[in-house]
Amino acid sequence: MKHIKTLNTRNLCESAGCGECQTSCQSGIANQKCES
Amino acid sequence: MVHRFHLDDYYIAVDVCSGSVHVLDEMAYEMIGGYEEKDRQALTAEAAKRFGTALSEAEECYDQITALKDAGQLFTEDTFAPMAGELKSRTAGVVKALCLHVAHTCNLNCGYCFASQGKYKGDRAVMSFEVGKQALDFLVAHSGSRHNLEVDFFGGEPLMNFQVVKDLVAYARSIEKAAGKNFRFTLTTNGMLIDDDVIDFANREMSNVVLSLDGRKEIHDRCRVDYAGNGSWEKIVPKFQKLVKARGGKNYYMRGTFTHANPDFLEDIKVMLDLGFTELSMEPVVCAPDDPAALTEADLPVVLQQYEELARLMRKKEKEGRPFTFYHYMLDLADGPCIYKRISGCGSGTEYMAVTPWGDLYPCHQFVGEEGYCLGNVWDGVKNTERQAEFASCNVYAREECRNCWARLYCSGGCAANAFHATGKITGVYETGCELFKKRMECAIVLQADRMLSEEEEG
Repeated sequence: MKHIKTLNTRNLCESAGCGECQTSCQSGIANQKCES
Repeated sequence: MVHRFHLDDYYIAVDVCSGSVHVLDEMAYEMIGGYEEKDRQALTAEAAKRFGTALSEAEECYDQITALKDAGQLFTEDTFAPMAGELKSRTAGVVKALCLHVAHTCNLNCGYCFASQGKYKGDRAVMSFEVGKQALDFLVAHSGSRHNLEVDFFGGEPLMNFQVVKDLVAYARSIEKAAGKNFRFTLTTNGMLIDDDVIDFANREMSNVVLSLDGRKEIHDRCRVDYAGNGSWEKIVPKFQKLVKARGGKNYYMRGTFTHANPDFLEDIKVMLDLGFTELSMEPVVCAPDDPAALTEADLPVVLQQYEELARLMRKKEKEGRPFTFYHYMLDLADGPCIYKRISGCGSGTEYMAVTPWGDLYPCHQFVGEEGYCLGNVWDGVKNTERQAEFASCNVYAREECRNCWARLYCSGGCAANAFHATGKITGVYETGCELFKKRMECAIVLQADRMLSEEEEG
C-alpha cells in the first residue's frame, strides 16, 4: 500500500543563480518563476 | 529538517532543504514524526498497534520513508549556509529593479498609510521627467547582463504625476531595444484618478497594476478617506471594475489592508469576489505597535483561522469552476526559485532600490525617509556603501532565529522593512509576521497539493 504521495517539486539541492527572476515583495518569493 | 502539519483531510510533510513536499496518510504522518528518535522495530510495532494494522503494513510504510530519505527527499541536511552570500557577491553592483516615487503626495488621507499620506516624513513633491529619465539611465547602466528590468510607479499616488509616468514609459521603450533590455512596468494606484486615458495606457504598457481596495465599504471608508473625510469606496470601485474588465486577463491584483478593525478579512475578500475581482491580496497593516490600527495579540488567532477558512473557500471555488487567486497562496513548487534566490531574498538595497522625487536612492519603498538609509542618488550612484553592505549580507542565515525555522527557504528571512520597523534592525525578526507567513505557506502548500492531485486524477 502506498502511504506517501510525493509531489512534483523542484529539488533545491539540484537548483544549486541567473538573477533574471522577477523581483518579489513579501509585503512573493516562493512564487517567483525561475527564468533558468 | 522535516515540517509536518495537517489541514482538514491533508497530512503533509515538507522536507525543508530538498524542497520536497509529501502528501501522507495518517500512519506515515505519525511515523515520520518518530523516525529520527526510534528504531524500525519500535516505530513499526507502535504504529501497527495504534492504527490496528498488520505489522507488515507498518514495516512497508517505514520502508517507504527510508527510501525517500535515501533518495534525498526526506531529512535532507542543510548544506546551503556557505552559499548564503554567493548570489549577492556574484551580482554585486547589479541593479535590476527600481521603484520610482513619482509623487510624494496623495489625494487620499488614509489613516494607516506607512508613507505618512505619501509625504514619507518629508515635503510634498512630484518627480520631474529629468530625474525619472536619469533613474532609467542609471538602471540600464547598472543592470549588467540582466535582460529583464522592472520599474514600479509608486507614491503617494502616481497618477497625480501621470504625464511624467507616460513620458518615462515612452523614454524606456525608446531605449530598451538598443540596450538589449526588456522593461516590465507596474503601477500602484488608489484609483481616484482612473479615467479612460489611464485605462488605455495601463492596459497597453503595465505588466501589472496594483489596485488599493480594502473590501467592505464600511471597512474601506473607515481609513481610505479624502482630505475632507469622505470615503473613497463608491468613487473607485466602478473605476476599478472598468479597468479590470478592459484589462482582458492581463495581470492585476486588488491590494487590501486589514487592521485591528477587521481581522475577519475573509469577509472583505468575499466582497471583492462579489464585485467581480478575482486576483486578490489582503495584507496586515504595517504600523507602530501602539497605533490603534495595529493588530493585537488577541487578533492573531482570528487572523490565522481566517487564512485557513480562505484556503477552504479557494478549494470550494476551484471545484465549482470559479477559481480566484490570493497573492500569498501563489506557490510554484515545480518551477519556483532556485536556492540562491531563496537564501538571498527580495534584493532590497542591492538589486532593487527606491528613487525619491529628488533622485535619492533608498533600499526600498518602505525605507524612504528613514534617517541614515539614503544610499546615494541616481547621478552619483551608491555612496553609502556601508549601509548597502548591511543589506547585501542580510540573508536567511544572518538571523539566528531563522536557522531552525521550517519556512526559511520560503520567506528568505522575511521583509527587511518589517523587521526594521518592528525591531529597529534589518536583521531582526518580526515574530507576528513570521506566524502569519508560516500559516499562509501551510495553506498554500495544501492548495497546491490539492490542485496537483486533482490534475493527476483527471489526467
